[in-house]
Amino acid sequence: MSLSLAEADTTALETEPDEAAGGLWSDAFKRLRRNPAAIVGALLVLLFLAVAIFAPLLAPYDPAAQVGFGDIRPSYVPGPSSQHWLGLDTLGRDELSRIIYGARQSLIVAVVSVSIAGVVGSLLGLLAGAFGGWVDNLVMRVVDIMLAVPGLLFAIGVAAMLGQSLKSVMIAIATVNVPIFARLLRGSMLANRGADYVLAARSLGVRRKDITLGHVVPNSVSPVIVQGTLTLATAVVDAAGLSFLGLGSADPSIPEWGRMLTEMQDALSYAPHLALFPGLGIVLSALGFTLLGEAMREAIDPKFRR
Amino acid sequence: MTPVTQLSDVTSVPSAGGAPLLEVEDLSVTFTRRGRRDVRAVDGVTFSVRPGETVGLVGESGSGKSVTSLAIMRLLPSRGVQVGGRATFDGMDLLSLPKDSMRDIRGRDMAMVFQDPMSSLNPVLTVGRQITEVLKRHRGMQGDQARDEAVTLLSRVGIPDPARRFREYPHQLSGGMRQRALIAISLACKPRLLIADEPTTALDVTIQAQILELLKELVVDSGTSLIMITHDLGVVAGLCDSVNVMYSGRIVETASRYELFGHPRHPYTAGLLGSVPRLDAERGQPLQPIPGSPTDTLPWAHACAFQPRCANRVDRCASETPLLERDPDRRDPIGGPHWLRCFNPVTGDTPVTPPGAELVAPGGDALDPAAEQVGEGDQ
Amino acid sequence: MLRFIVRRLLLLVPILLGLSLMLFFWVHNLPGGTAEAILGEKATPEKIAQFNHAYGLDRPLHEQYWLFLKRAVHLDLGVSASTQQPVLDEINRRFPATIELSVVAIIFAVAIAIPLGYLAARRYGSWLDQVLISGSLLGVVIPVFVLGYLLKYVFAIKLGILPDSGRQDVRLVTSHPTGFYILDGFLTGDPAASWDAFKHLILPGIALGTIPLAIITRITRAAVLDVVNEDYVRTAQAKGLTNRVIRNQHIMRNSMLPVVTIIGLQAGLLLSGAILTETVFAIPGMGSFVKDAIFNHDYSTIQGFVLFSAVIYVLINLLVDISYGLLDPRVRVR
Repeated sequence: MSLSLAEADTTALETEPDEAAGGLWSDAFKRLRRNPAAIVGALLVLLFLAVAIFAPLLAPYDPAAQVGFGDIRPSYVPGPSSQHWLGLDTLGRDELSRIIYGARQSLIVAVVSVSIAGVVGSLLGLLAGAFGGWVDNLVMRVVDIMLAVPGLLFAIGVAAMLGQSLKSVMIAIATVNVPIFARLLRGSMLANRGADYVLAARSLGVRRKDITLGHVVPNSVSPVIVQGTLTLATAVVDAAGLSFLGLGSADPSIPEWGRMLTEMQDALSYAPHLALFPGLGIVLSALGFTLLGEAMREAIDPKFRR
Repeated sequence: MTPVTQLSDVTSVPSAGGAPLLEVEDLSVTFTRRGRRDVRAVDGVTFSVRPGETVGLVGESGSGKSVTSLAIMRLLPSRGVQVGGRATFDGMDLLSLPKDSMRDIRGRDMAMVFQDPMSSLNPVLTVGRQITEVLKRHRGMQGDQARDEAVTLLSRVGIPDPARRFREYPHQLSGGMRQRALIAISLACKPRLLIADEPTTALDVTIQAQILELLKELVVDSGTSLIMITHDLGVVAGLCDSVNVMYSGRIVETASRYELFGHPRHPYTAGLLGSVPRLDAERGQPLQPIPGSPTDTLPWAHACAFQPRCANRVDRCASETPLLERDPDRRDPIGGPHWLRCFNPVTGDTPVTPPGAELVAPGGDALDPAAEQVGEGDQ
Repeated sequence: MLRFIVRRLLLLVPILLGLSLMLFFWVHNLPGGTAEAILGEKATPEKIAQFNHAYGLDRPLHEQYWLFLKRAVHLDLGVSASTQQPVLDEINRRFPATIELSVVAIIFAVAIAIPLGYLAARRYGSWLDQVLISGSLLGVVIPVFVLGYLLKYVFAIKLGILPDSGRQDVRLVTSHPTGFYILDGFLTGDPAASWDAFKHLILPGIALGTIPLAIITRITRAAVLDVVNEDYVRTAQAKGLTNRVIRNQHIMRNSMLPVVTIIGLQAGLLLSGAILTETVFAIPGMGSFVKDAIFNHDYSTIQGFVLFSAVIYVLINLLVDISYGLLDPRVRVR
C-alpha cells in the first residue's frame, strides 16, 4: 500500500533531531559502519587484499612446483589433507598455493584495468559534458557503439588483436568498462550544470573551467569511487572468464583462477575440489567488492537503499 | 492560501432528521515505525454524515484530515499503521469488515476523488479503460454497454467530445479534464458517499471554480453525501452544510456552515477566517495570518495543541486537555449544536489575533510572528 | 506506431556504420595484417599478394572500407581459416544452438525473476525480501562457468538426473530441418527428441540464466516499489478493484518499463555468457566456435561473429524500444 503517504503525513508532525553535524564523508562512514553488509564486504575485500599482497609469505609451496606429482593417478587426484589443505591439482601442484597466487593475479588485473577504465572513461565523460555539442555527440556515439558489442566479446576481440598476454587482458577489460565511467561523469556534469550552486557560482562570475574543476569534479568523486568498487567485482569475474577461455597470461605456469577451472575440466567427476576452490575465490572476492560498493552507494546517498 | 472561490448559494440544506449514512466515532490513526516515536495522526475524531449532506473537514497540512478519509476508506497501509475507533457506514463497521466486503463497497457505495489529477490516473491505460473497469467490477457491464455508459459519464462531467476522450490517455488531457475524468470514475457506480480530498488544490484558480461547481451540481442531482476535505475555507463556504475544523489530529470545532462563519468560537477557526481575503472587507484592512506553523504544537495528552500559536490562550491551555463539548453559549438554529474544544473561546468582542502578539514556542523561545507564515499549502 | 518503429530503425544505422568502421580497423590492425589474418599464418607471400589484390587491399583505405562494407551488406563474411568454409555457412550451422540456449536461459530468468521481484517488493523489509535481495547479490557475482561446473557436478555427475554435455542424446536418430532441436522434434513428429534436447538445455540454461535472473529480480523489485506508492495505485484501490486487476493492470504495467529495458540489456549480454556456458557443457554453438577461432587466429570468423552479435544486440534494442512504445503511450509521441 502507499507507504509514502504515511511518511508524508508523519514527517509533517514530527521534527527529528539532527544527527551530530559532520562532513558528508564522516556521515557516510558512520552509516557504512552500521551496515552489516558493508562489514562483511569490507572483511572479504581485506582478506582478498591481504592474500594477494602477502602471497609469497602465505603460500606453503611454490605454486608451480609439482610437489605431489607422485600421488597423482589416472582418474585420481588427492583432495584436502593435512599436508595440502586444499589438495593437489591434476599436475600434482599444491592447490592452496595456487589459489593464493591466483588472488594476486586477479587483484593486479582488476586494479590495473579498473584504474585505466576509471581515468580514461572519466576524462571522456568530462570532455563530453564540458564541451557539449559535437564533442559530446561524438563521444557518446562511440560509447554507444562500444556498448553494442557484448563485453566479453569485445574483450576477446581486443585480446585477439593484441596477442595473448596479461597486458591485453587488462586493456580489454579496461576498454569494456570505459563507457560506464564516461556515462557516469557526463551524467553528473549535465546534472550539475543546472544545479543551484553552479548557477550561483556562475552568477558570481566564476569561469566555466573553474566551475568544472572546483565544483563538478569534486562532486563526482564519490560516485566514481563507488562505481570503481563495483566494477572491481565485474573485472575479477571478467578476468577469470577471459583466462577460462585461454586468454590469460602468456606463461601457463602462473596460476589464474579462470585457467585453473579450464585445467580441471576433464577431472570434474573425480576431483570436484579443483572446481570448488577457484570458484569460491572468484565468487568471494567479487561478492566482497559488490557488497562494499553497494553499501558505499547507500551510505553516500540514502535514496539508493532499494 | 488560494483566494476565495465564490460560488452561488447551495440550493437547500437537507432535512436535519434521518439516520446518519456514515458515523465516525472516536477514530484514531497511529503511525508506528521501528526506532521512531509513534505518531498519532488522527486522535479521537467523531463526526457523522447524513444522506445527501455535504460535510467539510477543514485544517492545515498535517492536521490529519486526509488520513481520516483514508482510514475510513481503509486505504492506509496495513503495516506500521494502527487504526482505532469505529466508522459505521449504513450499519456496517467499515474498520472491522472483511477485506473482500470492503473492496465491494469501495468504488460502489463509497468513492473518492483525490488531490492530484496528474498522478491519480494510470498513465498507461486509456481514460475509457479506467472508467469501464469500475463498471465491469461493480455493475457487471461488458463491452459496448460499459463503453456507452462510460461515454455518458464523461459527457455528464462536462468533458467535450467524450467519445474521443474515451480513447485517449491521461497525458493527452489537461489538468481540469483529468479531474473531471476522475470525478466520472468516482461517480460511475452512483455511490452514496463521495470523499473529495482537496480536489481543487492542484488546479488553476479558474478551473477550481468549475470543478467545485460540477461537484456541487452532481451532489445535488444524485443526492450523494459528500465529505469535502480542504484547507480552503472558500470551498467550505460555497459547498458544505456542516463543517469540522481539525487541528493536529483532533476536531476542535464543529458547526453548521452559517453558524461557523457567523460565529467562529475556536481561536484557530477564527484565525483561519481572519487569514482569508474577503470581498466585503474594508479597503486597506490587512489580512491576519495565524502566527507560527502547524509544527508548533503541544501534545494533546496534557495540553491544547494549538496553545503555542493561540492569541486567546490562558494558563489552563498548557496543562490541561480541553474536551470537545457542546458550546453552552451558542445554539445553532438549523445545524444542531455547536461543538467546541476550547477553554477560552472567541467571543464577538475578542479580537481574533491581536497585532504584535508575542508568541511562545514549545521550547520556550519567543517566535517572531512576522517571520513565520501560516503553514498553509499542499500536502 | 509504424512511424515510431521506422524512426527507431533509422537511428540504428549510424551505430551499425560506426561498428563496421571499428571492425574494419580492427581487422586492419591485427597482427600480420588483414591478409594473414584471413588466410592464416602459413600463407605464402604470393598468396598474400594475390589475396590483397583480389580483395582490393592494395587500394587506398577508404576504398577498402567501402569494399568491406559492400561485402558485409551482401553477407559475404569471407572464408574461415580453420574450416575453409564460408563464415556465413559456419554461423548458420551454429547459431541455432546458441539462440536456443539463450532463449531457454532468458525465459527461465524472466519467468522466475518477475514474480520474485514483485513478491519481494510487496513484502518489503520482510525476511523473504532480505533473502531474495541477498540471493540476488550472490547470483550477480557467480560466474557462469563456476555455476555451470557446480550444476554439472551435482545434477549430472553425482545425481545423474540430467545430461552433462551436448545438445541431444547421440543415440537418437533425428533430422534437423531448422537446427533448433526443440523445434525440430515437433516438426518431424518426434516430441521425445524435443524433450531430450530440452533436458540437455536445463543445466546450461540455469547457468546462463542466473545472472539475468538476479538482475531482473532486483530491477523488478525496485520498479514495483516505485509504482506501488504512486497515486494511481491508490486510485485503483479506492475503486474497489480486485487485487489481480490492481496488480496486472496498474502495478505491473507501469513497472514493466525499466524491467523491459533491463531484459533487453541482459539478453544482449547473454551472447557473452553463452561462449562460456557452451564451453562448460560442450555445446557445439557459436561460443565454442568463436573460442576455437581465437586460438586458430581465424579472424574472419571472429569478425563475422562480432558483426552477427552486434546485429542481434541492435535487434534486441529495437524490440525493447518497440515494447516501450507498446507499454507506454507517452513514449509513442516522442
